[in-house]
Amino acid sequence: MEIIYENILQIQWQQIVMWIIGGLLVYLAIKKEMEPTLLLPMGFGAILVNLPFSGAIETLETLFAAGISNELFPLILFIGIGAMIDFGPLLSNPKLMLFGAAAQFGIFFTLCFASMFFDIKDSGSIAIIGAADGPTSIVVAQALGTKYLGAIMVAAYSYMALVPIIQPPVIKLLTTKKERMIRMEYTQKEVSKTTKILFPIVITVIAGLVAPASVALIGFLMFGNLIRECGVLNSLSETAQKSLANIITIFLGITISLRMQAAEFLTVETLLILCLGLVAFVVDTAGGVIFAKILNLFSKKKINPMIGAAGISAFPMSGRVVHKMGLREDPQNFLLMHSIGVNVSGQIASVIAGGMILKFFM
Amino acid sequence: MNINPMNFVYNLKYMGLGMLGIFIVIGIVIGVTLLLNKVTEKN
Repeated sequence: MEIIYENILQIQWQQIVMWIIGGLLVYLAIKKEMEPTLLLPMGFGAILVNLPFSGAIETLETLFAAGISNELFPLILFIGIGAMIDFGPLLSNPKLMLFGAAAQFGIFFTLCFASMFFDIKDSGSIAIIGAADGPTSIVVAQALGTKYLGAIMVAAYSYMALVPIIQPPVIKLLTTKKERMIRMEYTQKEVSKTTKILFPIVITVIAGLVAPASVALIGFLMFGNLIRECGVLNSLSETAQKSLANIITIFLGITISLRMQAAEFLTVETLLILCLGLVAFVVDTAGGVIFAKILNLFSKKKINPMIGAAGISAFPMSGRVVHKMGLREDPQNFLLMHSIGVNVSGQIASVIAGGMILKFFM
Repeated sequence: MNINPMNFVYNLKYMGLGMLGIFIVIGIVIGVTLLLNKVTEKN
């Protein structure tokens, strides 16, 4: 009998708090459908690793060493993401990439802000939450050796799921109704297959030469895209988009939860990281919108400043949020192709930002 | 946990360098993409 309740008596209140947090993540994943592919494994994992003397920890440590310490899982996941992305809208209007660059401002603002509380390597790891891109956050945080990986991952994926709630108020605050109603013509420009094939190769070479620290991230992303666009590897492309991405996602979520053990996770620093992550998302959004407004001062053809917000990455949620906001203001205003183009450019720019952070602090 | 407000100012250089770096890389990417579009359009 003693054997049964001996373990129960070892439960600490901190572990119960982590069960509640895990339960909340599972609830958000199932009931609210917020990033369920990651929040559900992370939520369940948070409960799993916070049971007294959990026997799962050893297995998760093995998985962590095999796939996260060496950045293998996030990089393989990037192949799947690359295979999912259609760069077509971006290639037909490459200038949209400027918005993707501008919307990385939140990362560097948060870096400075976080440095008031944390050392510079931890600050860089926290700031990259603003990349709004899970694999980039994992690779950068892991490469910089932060001990806050669990909190950073929870913040990154939670805020990505909360993009439809975080972005609209920021966009509304920074734009007038008249600006939100600006219509943008979209003329379908033919993009040749050769361009679509050469683009991922050229981007990889440029990133490799200019920001070598980002070449693993951008290289795997572009490799996935090349598989998609080459036209002779449809089966591989489908596998990368579905089976491969799904398998890695299952392992990634549950393995990250290893860093959600109560002693490591329930700290003031975690709360601060969650706040700083929110700052990163808000300032990213503001950066993109304000940049579009500045361009409007000099351009004859007005840009709807809302599309700047889609540069935050968080593909494809952010692009859809902007499109829906445009429709709400004017049911005939279709911003989707522009906002998705900017959104895709945010994906590239956020990886380059990650490379910059690594270059500065590794 | 120590709070050092001056670190914000001290690290602003990374903000400047980081944003400059991103815009340079993206600028190169835009240039190359325009060039690719132009070249393959002719073909």
